Amino acid sequence: MTTFLGMPAGGGNLTGEPFPKAAREALGNAQLRRNLAKATSTIRAKRANVVGELPDWAQLRAAGAAIKDEVLADLDEHLVRFEEALTSRGTRVHWARDAEEANRIVCDLVRATGTREVIKVKSMATVEIGVNEALAGIGVHAVETDLAELIVQLGDDRSSHILVPAIHRNRAEIREVFRRGMPGVDPGLTDDPRALAEAARKHLRQKFMTVDVAISGANFAVAETGSLVVVESEGNGRMCLTLPRTLISVVGIEKLVPSWRDLEVFLQLLPRSSTGERMNPYTSVWTGPTEGQTSHVVLVDNGRTATLADPDGRAALRCIRCSACLNSCPVYERTGGHAYGSTYPGPIGAVLSPQLTGVDRNPTLPFASSLCGVCYDVCPVAIDIPSMLVHLRERVVSAKRTTPESTAMRALAWAMSDARRWRRLLGLGRFGRVASRHVPLPGWSTARDLPEPPKETFRDWWGSR
Amino acid sequence: MSARDEVLARVRRAKGPREVAPVPREYRAAGTRGPGDLELFAERLRDYHALVRVVAADEVASAVAGALRDRRAHHVVTAPGVPPGWTAGWVAGDATGREAQGPTGPVGPAGPTGPTAEGPELSDPAGRITSRVPLGGDAREALPAGRDQAGAHPPIGDVREVRRVGGGDAWAVLREVVEAADAVVTACHVAVAETGTIVLDHDAADQGPRLLTLVPDYHLVVVRADQVVAGVPDAVAALAGVLTQTWISGPSATSDIELERVEGVHGPRTLEVVITR
Ligand code: SF4
Repeated sequence: MTTFLGMPAGGGNLTGEPFPKAAREALGNAQLRRNLAKATSTIRAKRANVVGELPDWAQLRAAGAAIKDEVLADLDEHLVRFEEALTSRGTRVHWARDAEEANRIVCDLVRATGTREVIKVKSMATVEIGVNEALAGIGVHAVETDLAELIVQLGDDRSSHILVPAIHRNRAEIREVFRRGMPGVDPGLTDDPRALAEAARKHLRQKFMTVDVAISGANFAVAETGSLVVVESEGNGRMCLTLPRTLISVVGIEKLVPSWRDLEVFLQLLPRSSTGERMNPYTSVWTGPTEGQTSHVVLVDNGRTATLADPDGRAALRCIRCSACLNSCPVYERTGGHAYGSTYPGPIGAVLSPQLTGVDRNPTLPFASSLCGVCYDVCPVAIDIPSMLVHLRERVVSAKRTTPESTAMRALAWAMSDARRWRRLLGLGRFGRVASRHVPLPGWSTARDLPEPPKETFRDWWGSR
Repeated sequence: MSARDEVLARVRRAKGPREVAPVPREYRAAGTRGPGDLELFAERLRDYHALVRVVAADEVASAVAGALRDRRAHHVVTAPGVPPGWTAGWVAGDATGREAQGPTGPVGPAGPTGPTAEGPELSDPAGRITSRVPLGGDAREALPAGRDQAGAHPPIGDVREVRRVGGGDAWAVLREVVEAADAVVTACHVAVAETGTIVLDHDAADQGPRLLTLVPDYHLVVVRADQVVAGVPDAVAALAGVLTQTWISGPSATSDIELERVEGVHGPRTLEVVITR
């Protein structure tokens, strides 16, 4: 499949049910909304607090955006430099055009070790390509070692947030997940978060000590030095990076930064935007194989070059996956992450997923926003998500120029392309009602598929916060 | 076309004409804020629930001994380049809290020990692990069997040193030593006052390989005042060229369950920092 300027699109876990349909299901789940509201409001307050502490936040943000733009402007040269730095130290570098190829590479490497089990550091790229599923296909069990990813995995669930994938679960639900899914767990396990974390510690400790192959991602990859950086809280990442004798790191090609010095910006922007801490508990940096390990890096395109090809959309590749935009988005807070049907939910998902897959495969996501603009304000690399959404809405509409739904899409895009217009439209009534009355949506989506009308409009609700 | 060539060709087609402005670096850069504020550093560490002791430079040994005694540590590992003096005070005393009376008699499986009595250096077959306390021949055999059995009543002053290890058997031996330890003592490369962060350089002899500080439940770090810098840019500048690093800001923690903070998920549950003025 080809997309923008004929560039091949990405595959993997980037598509799901159309947003309106999935959102409607989520809106019917009061428990989910309560869990989400509690979590996102807590983390918003923490973030605001530590961001406010830095007198030079605006300057850091400007630098962060510019550094990423610099990488993207000469991505080929940075990639080649990065590869040279890695290979000169003995790391083997592999390239993957898409998810399928990346999975094939990882599976071959894992097969060669003869292991039946691998341990994993939390990594969005590996969720995106679906490496766990691919490994299962060759009879290898991938053990998620991040607590939230483990909860998702044991519960046979899907992640609903970039940073805290099990944010939609409360403690009682997590206890049930552990009771059912964790072999040998104490049946008297309480729902005290400390007890739950301790149960996970015991369960995983045994894996850390016995499994000899690890799969990681990377938050940053330094072209100049070949260093990889993993930012984490629990220490599971350190365990995975250190104990196994084989380490395979799956890295999206946009994760590069040109020089070592650039980390001085991102190691300030990321923790404060992400967990709302001055610094996360552990950051690991490694440059080439360490302490006798064999190390591999898989560089993955999977739609990133297609995203790069659109000058008005490429800034989505600046994203450092902090999740601040999710935590501040009124739409995300109501629908949760599953509604976006992609590894990348929330505002960033609404602009990144359709670009990675091509808008034809994610036509509803650019409409999953009220364009209130808060995501832009909180983004540490200043991605203008609202403008990008409008641009992508136009791409959706023009891609479907000859179909009946193009009229409907264009009407929606027109209404949504101007904040005041959109607010007025929302103010007329609730989203579903407005859409069904004022916008005919044959084929693409019927009024039936639009979100169940919330009690208040996004706008009323947002205004009342 | 290989995947590599194809991805690079796609990038070249996609990137378009270059038109980027130079990166504006108007934030507080390295070297613009003077030395790190020790008070602030200590406060930020305490915010993370790390334990902090601020002492004079010549009080390191007694501070380390005090910390290890309070911790009731029995099996302590240190990075190989940690000054022997740091742990000497603890070796001399009883690990359970009482001061030893005079020079200690024969302890451990073989031979005397004490602040001055260094046993013959022992090494594993690869010559990489040594112990200053005689372990009785083969380092591997003399290791405590594990925290459970060893916790009953280990020999007084059971101190080991671990040298940097490459791989193979030496790695296995290192793992065994570290897994049996209940405390680890290291130095650091640099520390950040503003964020309460300590950074280890794992190629430095007094900080040791990553494994060392990974598994034991208690990590004691000694930070010299001149290693404390003001902000993250100062630390990044100080770390240029350091290949393997761990940045540590408080103990291991998770907020994955209803965003409630729980400490000590995997890494050391307790971080203690001795700051020397
Ligand atoms: S788009 Fe910005 S705010 Fe959202 S996750 Fe990415 S970096 Fe964070």
